[in-house]
Amino acid sequence: MAAEAFEKNVDRALADTQLRKNFAFAMGNFILKRRAVFSDAEETERLRDLGNAIKQRALSRLPELLEQLDAVCTRNGIRVHWAETTAIANRIVLEIIEAHAASRVVKGKSMVSEEMHLNAFLGTHGIEAIETDLGEFIIQLNGETPSHIIVPAIHKNKAQIAKIFHEKVAGAPYTEEVAELNAIARNTLRRKFYEAGIGLSGVNFAVAETGTLCLVENEGNGRMCTTVPPVHIAVMGLEKVVERLADLPPLLRLLTGSATGQLVTTYVNLITSPRREGEKDGPQEVHLVILDNGRSRIYQDPQLRQTLQCVRCGTCLNHCPVYTRIGGHAYGFVYPGPIGKILTPQVEGLDKAGELAFASSLCGACEEVCPVKIPIPALLRRLRDECYSSATESAVPGSGCKQNLAERLAWKGWAFLNTHPRLNRMVTTLLGRVGDYLPSSGPLERWMRYRSEPAFASRSLHGRIKEEGIADE
Amino acid sequence: MNDAARDRILARLRSAPREEVPSPEVPASAAPVSDRGTQVARLKSLMEAMRTEVHVLPRTEWVPRLQEVLRARAIKTLLYAPGTEVGAALRAVWDADASGLPELVAYTEPVEAFKEQLFAVDAAVTSAAGAVADTGAIILRPDIHEPRSMSLVPPIHIAVLKAESIFPSLAEAMQEGSWSADMPTNMLLVSGPSKTADIELILAFGVHGPKELVVLILE
Repeated sequence: MAAEAFEKNVDRALADTQLRKNFAFAMGNFILKRRAVFSDAEETERLRDLGNAIKQRALSRLPELLEQLDAVCTRNGIRVHWAETTAIANRIVLEIIEAHAASRVVKGKSMVSEEMHLNAFLGTHGIEAIETDLGEFIIQLNGETPSHIIVPAIHKNKAQIAKIFHEKVAGAPYTEEVAELNAIARNTLRRKFYEAGIGLSGVNFAVAETGTLCLVENEGNGRMCTTVPPVHIAVMGLEKVVERLADLPPLLRLLTGSATGQLVTTYVNLITSPRREGEKDGPQEVHLVILDNGRSRIYQDPQLRQTLQCVRCGTCLNHCPVYTRIGGHAYGFVYPGPIGKILTPQVEGLDKAGELAFASSLCGACEEVCPVKIPIPALLRRLRDECYSSATESAVPGSGCKQNLAERLAWKGWAFLNTHPRLNRMVTTLLGRVGDYLPSSGPLERWMRYRSEPAFASRSLHGRIKEEGIADE
Repeated sequence: MNDAARDRILARLRSAPREEVPSPEVPASAAPVSDRGTQVARLKSLMEAMRTEVHVLPRTEWVPRLQEVLRARAIKTLLYAPGTEVGAALRAVWDADASGLPELVAYTEPVEAFKEQLFAVDAAVTSAAGAVADTGAIILRPDIHEPRSMSLVPPIHIAVLKAESIFPSLAEAMQEGSWSADMPTNMLLVSGPSKTADIELILAFGVHGPKELVVLILE
């Protein structure tokens, strides 16, 4: 996305007072909920260290663990598919659906499926993908994308949602009662669960040791999608693998505490195989699609690799002064907020999404709350550097995209000016006299749009030190 | 399946610079090891906070209490699993005198032949394989006798839990139950009735899973 398009999005979001109100309320609430469940600072720090260590250990053995996951899942009867790109992952899902002559898929919430733009892809092949998470259901009715990775419809208030339901769900009365809106969704979707031939879900953690897929949720729609239809397809990014079952308790605690301020979600769903001999329900077939889509390239760089520790809790969004003011849609990509700012430019390329890395004040709130301690500000600075890098080989596609001649010359001039004392004296004296009258246009015009110009001192610092000396105290 | 893609992805990952990260031992949760009474109390208060109805009672009294729970809700049909200990106990009592009690519906066939009934019953009763005190959740371990949709599809789920199967933490439940050696098809932690906060973060109960969860803890 071009810088100008992003700026326009931001301006539009900032001017939308309803959107600002909805986000300010919800994000403030999330912050308080998280704080309440992580009230013991020492214990929280211990947990975050543990979360970081578990994910780093998993990443350090990533190829081995993925191979183990593949082997153990296969032994358990789960069919494992590998996809290098989202296009291939979509194709794999479509082939499974077509093999069962199904025309409808019920979906649990999955960010990877958003990354794949799966619903639109299936739509072009005549297959209806039905979002069943309440938030996803709302935005699907309205033809929108998620604005938050945990609460996808948080940009809407209940009056807006009441209107959507009334207009888009056949026979739904206008009501702003949350319990009634909830009942409308329940009744609409229950029939779909009953009839669907295919259920699709994401994966929160995939355990290599036992071949177990762990899914957390509160509504029960995830369980419905993975239990009732005869076929279950799970899609996951390859970074979701962890080494052993014993890694789950601290990770679950961190994930649910950070995401929604819960000690535990309503449901923690551990799926290890399709229906076994003698069992009366559960899917006959379970498929696991492991998606790369740039992750193996991110993995090449030891610093950037830390991006892959992410557990998608969304707490960096809730605490980000930028996200909480502009919301998720302004970013223009699937993953918004701090995690999106480091992930998207690496997946899409700096030339397409590098601008995101600059949409941060580097305040560090995201790093302070990250349950697995991803150093997001350091990674943002690294990606900014990469935008200007002149290295011929870089771990990030599109590196050097922001290099331009004017800026390079400006820095060369700056260096020359500051390494030649006589010239430096001349220019500072001159600027002290006429600097304040220079027009604020030219290459600095965009930069100056959001900043006030500094006033030039009439005497240079060097000059003053020479005359007045330095007072230590 | 697609071996070529798999090999290419793994080859790329293997070509990356490797760092040895020391394998840290995952310490058990810091939850204090407490006596049974404290664990029952914590489980009860946490699950009640999630709007679960919890009854703690002597084990001889659970069937009459279950009947009270059913009568209070005017439940007409109750799904049960005849092959379980809970199921056998119910069968015996219902056979003796079922007056004023809901009709028992046995889950005996594969879901393909049973779906309509499954989606029509008022409530289901299952056993709980255990519970986790420090976060407040019951552990369900569905098997050939007790299908997993019993705790999901009917609007009311009643679970019968023995107090001695409560663990202080999930880590201890996993370790002492040797989960990693023997994972069933599906295993669950359940902390309350189905809920959502997707609209303005306002809590609403009973979205897609059960609207009510009742846990009987037998001492």
